[in-house]
Parts: sequence; C-alpha cells; structure tokens
Amino acid sequence: MTRTEFWQGNTACAEGALAAGCRFFGGYPITPSTEIAEHMAVKLPKKNGVFIQMEDEIASIASVIGASWTGARAMTATSGPGFSLMMENIGFAAMTETPCVIVNIQRGGPSTGQPTLGAQGDMMQCRFGSHGDYAVIALCPASVQEMYELTARAFNLADKYRVPVFLMADEVVGHMREKIIIPDSVEQVPRKALVKGTLPFKPDSDLVPGFPQFGKGYGVHVTGLTHDERGYPCATNPKLHETLVMRLVDKIESARHEIADYDIINPGAEQVFIAYGAPVRTVQQVMHDHPGDNIGFLRLRTVWPFPEYAPGEFKNARRFLVPEMNLGQIAREIERHVRVPVISLPKLGGELHTPSELLAALEAYR
Amino acid sequence: MSYEEWYRQDRLPHIYCAGCGNGTIINCTLAALEQMAWKKEDTVFVSGIGCSSRAPGYIVTDSLHTTHGRAIAFATGVKLANPDLHVVVITGDGDLAAIGGNHFIHACRRNIDLTVVCMNNQIYGMTGGQGSPTTPLGCLSTTTPYGCVETPFDLCDLAIAAGANYVSRWTSYHVKELEKAVLAGLQTPGFSFIEALVQCPTAFGRRNKFKQVADQVEYLRSHSMLKAKRDRLLEQGEHIPGDMFVVGELERRNRPALGVKR
Repeated sequence: MTRTEFWQGNTACAEGALAAGCRFFGGYPITPSTEIAEHMAVKLPKKNGVFIQMEDEIASIASVIGASWTGARAMTATSGPGFSLMMENIGFAAMTETPCVIVNIQRGGPSTGQPTLGAQGDMMQCRFGSHGDYAVIALCPASVQEMYELTARAFNLADKYRVPVFLMADEVVGHMREKIIIPDSVEQVPRKALVKGTLPFKPDSDLVPGFPQFGKGYGVHVTGLTHDERGYPCATNPKLHETLVMRLVDKIESARHEIADYDIINPGAEQVFIAYGAPVRTVQQVMHDHPGDNIGFLRLRTVWPFPEYAPGEFKNARRFLVPEMNLGQIAREIERHVRVPVISLPKLGGELHTPSELLAALEAYR
Repeated sequence: MSYEEWYRQDRLPHIYCAGCGNGTIINCTLAALEQMAWKKEDTVFVSGIGCSSRAPGYIVTDSLHTTHGRAIAFATGVKLANPDLHVVVITGDGDLAAIGGNHFIHACRRNIDLTVVCMNNQIYGMTGGQGSPTTPLGCLSTTTPYGCVETPFDLCDLAIAAGANYVSRWTSYHVKELEKAVLAGLQTPGFSFIEALVQCPTAFGRRNKFKQVADQVEYLRSHSMLKAKRDRLLEQGEHIPGDMFVVGELERRNRPALGVKR
C-alpha cells in the first residue's frame, strides 16, 4: 500500500535512504542540510542502524567510507563548507571504489555565503573537486518526491558502480514542503560480491570489480595509493596508473546511457530550456502558463555523467536556455555538446528565477 | 618470533629503512594479537599516511590504508558499522598528533573500542625528516634547521585527558613490555592508546648525533623512566630531568565505551 505524506524535502531524503536500506549515517550539523541528520538520528537506531555525529565533515565522510567496507549502505549529508572539507576523502572513495552516498543541500557560496538560501554553485565541485582524474555520479532532485526517489536510487548506483554518488539538491528543494507518495517498497540492488579466489581489484566485463567485504575472509588491502589488481601499492608504474585511472573514469562514462535520467518535453520546439534542481520548477510554471508545443524542455535528473546526447533529441532547436542558480556551470558543459547557441541564465542571491524572467529571456532571444 | 603467517609474504621486501624501529612495533603488535586468538578474518587494520601507516599493507587481514590523519575516523565507521570486527589502528606522530589531532581527541572522548598503536619517531620520516608535533625542543630536522623551538605534545597525557580507557607508553627497546601493553589494549573495552617511541636513523638519528642505530635505541632505553619510579621521585619532591620520559601503563579505567561488541 502506498501512502501519502506532506513532507519537507530533507525528511524525504532521509526516508528514501532508510527505505533503500541505509544503515549508517555519519554527519556534522550544517544548514540547510541538518534536518537529514536529525531525522536519521531518530530513525536509524530503531532500524538497528548507526547514527554518529562526527567531529567534522572530514571525519563524517571517513566514517561513511569505513562503514561501507563492512558492507553497510552508508551516507552523509552536508552543504557547501562541509562539502569542501570532504573533498580529499571523496577522492579516496573514488580511488578505492567505495560505494557511498553524499547529499549536498547546496547553499550560496563561496565560503560561509548564504547558509539559509538555495544555490547550485557546487555542480562543478562535485564533478572535479578532489585532485586527480576520476568520475562520479550526480543526481538532482526538483521536488520532495524526487528527494525520496533519487536518494534511494543513489544507493543502487553507488553499489552497482562502486563509486561515490552525489544527491546534488539545493536549499529550495531541501526545505520545500509538498505532497509525496511513499511507495510500498524500494528496489534494492545488492552489491556484487567478489568471487573468492579472484583478485580484489580485477574488474569484470562491466569494468567494476566484485566487492570484498571486510570480515568475510578476503584479506583485502585497500589503499588510496595507485594499486594493482591485488590491491597492492604500485605507485611508480606509469602504465598501471594510467590503466587504473582510465578504468575508474570509463566505468562511469561508458554507463552514461544507463545512468541517464531525463525528460524530453516538446522535442520539436525551437527554443529549449535545460534545467535541473529547483529552477525546474520555474520552467514547469512557464510551460504550464503557456501550453502548446513551442517551448521545449530538457529536464535533467542526472547531471554527472552528463547525458551529452540528450540535447540532440531536440532536432529543431535553435538555442538552449539554461537557468541555473550559479554563473552557468552546466551551461558551459552543454555548450561542449551542441552546435546552436547556449544562453546561460544565471541567478545568484538565493531566490528562484521568476516565470517572467524566463519569459523575458525567451522574448529577448527569439 | 616473527609471526610469519600474519604477514603478506608476497609484499616483501618492505619499504622500511635499515635500522628502522617500525618492524619491531609491528612484531610486538602481532605477538599480542596472536595471544588474543582472534580469527584473522575478524581483525581489521586501519592506517593513515606515513611510514607507520604502511604497516597494514604487510599484514594479511583486511586493511584500510586511508588519507593523512584520518585513520581513526575511518576506523570509527568500520567499528560502529560492525562491532564484531576487532579494529586496530596503526599511526605515527605526524598522522595522529598533527593533521589527525582532532580525530584522536574525539575518539578518546567517545572512548570508542579501538586499539591505536602510535609509532612515534618524533619526525616526518617518509617526506624526508621534517619536524613533527613530538619533535623534542632543540632537535634538528629539515624544517627546524636551527633546532625545534616548539614544545612537543605528550601524546599519552593528551589521551588520558581526553578520556581513553587504556594508555601506555614504551619504546622499541622494551619489546616484551610493549607486547603486553598492546595485549592489554586489545583486551580493554573502549579506546586503547599505546605509544611506542621508535628510532628513525635515516630522518632523525643522523641529524641528532645518533651515529649508530644502537645509539638511538640506547638513548630511548636510558631516557625512559618507569611510571612507578617517576611517581616515587615526585612524591619525594625529587627533580626529574627534562629529557626523561615516562614509560609504563599510564591509565587503565572503565569509562563508558562506544562500539563494544554487543
């Protein structure tokens, strides 16, 4: 039996995680994400799970990675300043192929910025914020319903690809309250276990190795150093390093179609909005107020890996308009993949774009 | 004894310099573990970055070689998510007391059921000999070329003040005592901290008038004072020379602990 609730986005995120089998949360209080930690602190002990408030965000993500190696579905939630602190260990998770879910309820930056107001300024940081080359997955919810569903999906993606998965929400969606329909159950795709006798970092055909859970007798060595298929440090072999890093990137990039999640609305339109997260709501309002098929909309739920082929589905597109609560971070990514002008519609300060601002942009570039 | 079945033989030779004391500490730790009769598959080693932190890579159990200073934070996640695992952290003075200092004191405060063995060589060995938070006053390193002017941390005092259930200090000279201390740490529920002062001939000894490895080991022996003797001297109002350090079991108590096997 499904049921209906009237929830805040952050509550839906925590409940989505619990439904997906998350049993470990390590976190640190930070506005505007704190409600997720508070909800987990109440609920996890009742589900035989573990909640711990760590001494900072560096320790939070570290504890999540440690918990993940015992086989637990583990997550943390934070916002800008805490997200910056997590970067080194996010790279460690990417290098060691540790499944984990990191929620970023984005607020205005840089620095302490606007703690209580929404932004999308961390979209590039989540893709490239740790040093070195690697790849991650990032999902962007635009409703309370999606806070639940995409958080649950994040755990399946993290386990399948053995990679940090980001729920890149924003304060608007995190604190919005609206109707949500809770499903009976959430699909849980378990982590693929390492076949005993197989080298622990030898990939299968999907480029992902089986998971050698701690405590199961694998005797695995896990290191952030460049390592061979045995997991042993091998930091001065150029070919081995290249092969490893290429695989870490390829296992995500080559699964782009499978990971991609987006809607195509009015594919014949000449003017096309592309949006993710909170700005989706303004575009939806514009489309609602101006029915017909002359405004196209590519509405993204996955931003990384970027579904680079998706804008091409608008065959008649003469330009793409990209409202973002940053200075055009994803607009530039889109520019790399299309042959028509990409108009960035940035908005800083914490307020959503208004429908009239988007309409004015449509007129200005028509 | 060499506890061969605990080592990953296929990883030898190790990276440690000739004369390094870390191997002694690893052996003492494994000797203590063997007495616990825990299954290898139930034991996890966690470490950060530095010479000491390479140790788990040579041990056959599951092992997590993490980022600089964060070993205890990673270990906290391992232990809380599966309290059935026995989690041992191997760390060094730079890893534990400098970049990882905050995680150290909070783990002591939580009194989480970990055993932390710190190989304190009083220097950053792996990066070539820079001063650390435990480099003694006046000692030379590449970043204290005119002598260290900062007062070092007493790691054991720090652990006791922050709330750890078990705290001991020994040196690479005191192998039997160190083995017993690690054993006591493994047996104690809650946070156990064992500091082992070690010689580092390559990065510390050669800059600080220890021409032979044995000279530095002899220094560690002759400058260590048993806790009982220190206490007696203090009671008698006697002066304790500033270059002496206390060894022995410095704390054993039963504060409420976190992450103890249910």
